[in-house]
Amino acid sequence: MATQALRADYHGDGKDTEDKFHGAILVYINWDKHLFFYSAKAFPLDPNMPFAAVLEHVIGTHFCQHPEYKNINWDTVEWTLNNEPFMPVMEKSLAENGFDHKCLLRFKTAETSSFEAAGI
Amino acid sequence: MSKVLIAFQENDESRYIVQAIEQDNPDATVYFEPAMIRIENEGSLTINKATVEEMMGCDWEVQSIHVNLLTLTGHIDEDDDYFTVHWDN
Amino acid sequence: MSAKKLNLKDKYRLLTRDLDWDFSYEDRKDAFPFEEFEGIKITDWDKWEDPFRLTMDAYWKYQAEKEKKLYAIYDAFSQNNGHLNVSDARYVNAIKIFLTAVSPGELAAHSGFAFTGRQMGGIGARIAAQMQSIDELRHIQTQIHAMSHYNKFFDGFDEFSHMHDRVWYISVVKSFFDDARSAGPFEFMVAIGFSFEYVLTNLLFVPFMSGAAYNGDMATVTFGFSAQSDEARHMTLGLEIIKFLLEQHEDNVPIVQKWIDKWLWRGYRILTVVAMMMDYMLPQKVMSWKEAWELYFEQAGGALFKDLERYGIKMPDYTDLIKAEKEHLSHQAWWTFYTNSQATAFHTWIPSDEELDWLSEKYPESFDKYYRPRWELAKEMAEKGERYYNEGLPQLCQTCQIPMIYTDVQNDPRDIVYRSTKYQGERFHFCSDQCQHIFENEPEKYVHAWLPVHQIFQGNCGGPGGLEKVMDYYKLDVGKANMDYVGSPDEERWKNWKGVA
Ligand SMILES: [Fe+2]
Ligand SMILES: [Fe+2]
Ligand SMILES: [Zn+2]
Repeated sequence: MATQALRADYHGDGKDTEDKFHGAILVYINWDKHLFFYSAKAFPLDPNMPFAAVLEHVIGTHFCQHPEYKNINWDTVEWTLNNEPFMPVMEKSLAENGFDHKCLLRFKTAETSSFEAAGI
Repeated sequence: MSKVLIAFQENDESRYIVQAIEQDNPDATVYFEPAMIRIENEGSLTINKATVEEMMGCDWEVQSIHVNLLTLTGHIDEDDDYFTVHWDN
Repeated sequence: MSAKKLNLKDKYRLLTRDLDWDFSYEDRKDAFPFEEFEGIKITDWDKWEDPFRLTMDAYWKYQAEKEKKLYAIYDAFSQNNGHLNVSDARYVNAIKIFLTAVSPGELAAHSGFAFTGRQMGGIGARIAAQMQSIDELRHIQTQIHAMSHYNKFFDGFDEFSHMHDRVWYISVVKSFFDDARSAGPFEFMVAIGFSFEYVLTNLLFVPFMSGAAYNGDMATVTFGFSAQSDEARHMTLGLEIIKFLLEQHEDNVPIVQKWIDKWLWRGYRILTVVAMMMDYMLPQKVMSWKEAWELYFEQAGGALFKDLERYGIKMPDYTDLIKAEKEHLSHQAWWTFYTNSQATAFHTWIPSDEELDWLSEKYPESFDKYYRPRWELAKEMAEKGERYYNEGLPQLCQTCQIPMIYTDVQNDPRDIVYRSTKYQGERFHFCSDQCQHIFENEPEKYVHAWLPVHQIFQGNCGGPGGLEKVMDYYKLDVGKANMDYVGSPDEERWKNWKGVA
């Protein structure tokens, strides 16, 4: 459907198109069932960045406040990209891994801690 | 029948209005909450000018309920000598 | 011989209908150019009736009386150092939110009704909109005036108008009004009259203000109730316009239904903050958010929708979801602000043990299971000297602009709800089906959203250079106006005044 507008030529000028982020793409990242972080976090990232670097320098620095972060077994982590199952290739870039502007990356960890039931 | 609700700031004037409501709407329930008085009733609530004047002992204009009114639900029927809120179903 | 006193109905007719004029040499359509483009059909403006039959002379009389009472209390409040009588200085943070987020909304409502009042072809509606426009101006003025007293003693008040146009969470309210004001006059009336007045202010200005009174805040309850005495009329006007449109033409029914669905949701989303103010920011508890919602929305709103059924209007299909969310809303919001308090223009804190118990009692379905454990953890961290501030910036909903904090309360309240759609090749994210539908109905409009997080990344909020630059851009006094209440200058001053160590 379209906006009921006064003028026939009314149109949207996207405020967040890819060209406005100085070469970066926006990536949203969430650790599922860990509401210690109240929402997914947003990052402007260089699409040429290898996934391994994102894991270390982006996820590593923004989710490590959680007391269980250090116990994550990354080999068993389940990933989704835009809500589809996804297997990241560590040495490949975000672009090569299929990341695009305003994509959503989620990860699920096997939990054994006391936080699990509360979703913290 | 749905419940109607009307609430006033709590002050001297409102207390007389509420007394008048209680007299003319014997089934109404009155709740005193901090700084406010909330009145609920099944179907309708009516404020009569004559009853309020009797309680206050002086003239009172129906439209002056605007000064102390906080909220209400229901259809409004207002004239010189009464103010009613009501639901029809 | 004195003239016979007119009765209310005659006076209303003379002072509304008879003030209008006929268009003898100009086309009426040119005088009201925005009346038709929304698809609304008006067949007879004379059918418009203000249920209060308020005329301009009575309006001035009663408004003057309200103002006199209000300012007498302000004077007494400041002459007697009224700020010292609030239950606890933590409370003052609720009215910092009020001033930065709500009061400028009053100004937006004022300008919106001035515009709408001009565009309505019917004189009765024009006069009612004019009164409302003047009321809303009175609201922002009296609110600034009341809070100017607090501004002398507490941090976080002084840059409210600068902040309103910039600070991340305030964009939620600002964009709500921008959305309404950029719509046509009839949608604006439904948006503000129904969603804002009937749904939102009813909860903010009645139970929250009653709570303000209970917490000793004489200034706020006074402006709140004084404003609400106008809002009761605005609410009635909002419902009147809905009934009027529905009675004018059957083609209006689906349009009005669409607006109700949209704006009830938009208003409800904003209430997330009011939920939090009631449950977490009133040290002396009056009524929980859930109780207030049940009374003022479920009971009162339920009766309204039952009444509107005869026109073919249905309760929006998301009411079950709203019902389920009332157990969660305030807790999700306070956790968000608590953990992001390095960037809020007010203080946050961990609820006291008594407050946690009160929350458990009021929210038996959700609190102990999902939310108390978070506060236990936060307490543990704070006790170790590691007060938790969340790193980074949140993902926002494209429509409501609220961080994507809402969870799937009907299935697993631990899962965040993610919705997205593509428009012109770009992906857009939403907190809910409703926000997604609102976007999809008017994508051209919502792609214009000024999302604070994205604007920061684009370098439009103080340029590149991290959060520090952004705080300067917000004019947020870091270390004073933000962070935890414990250890803040506000707390220190309060303790000094109260003579506690
Ligand atoms: Fe207002
Ligand atoms: Fe209003
Ligand atoms: Zn949303």
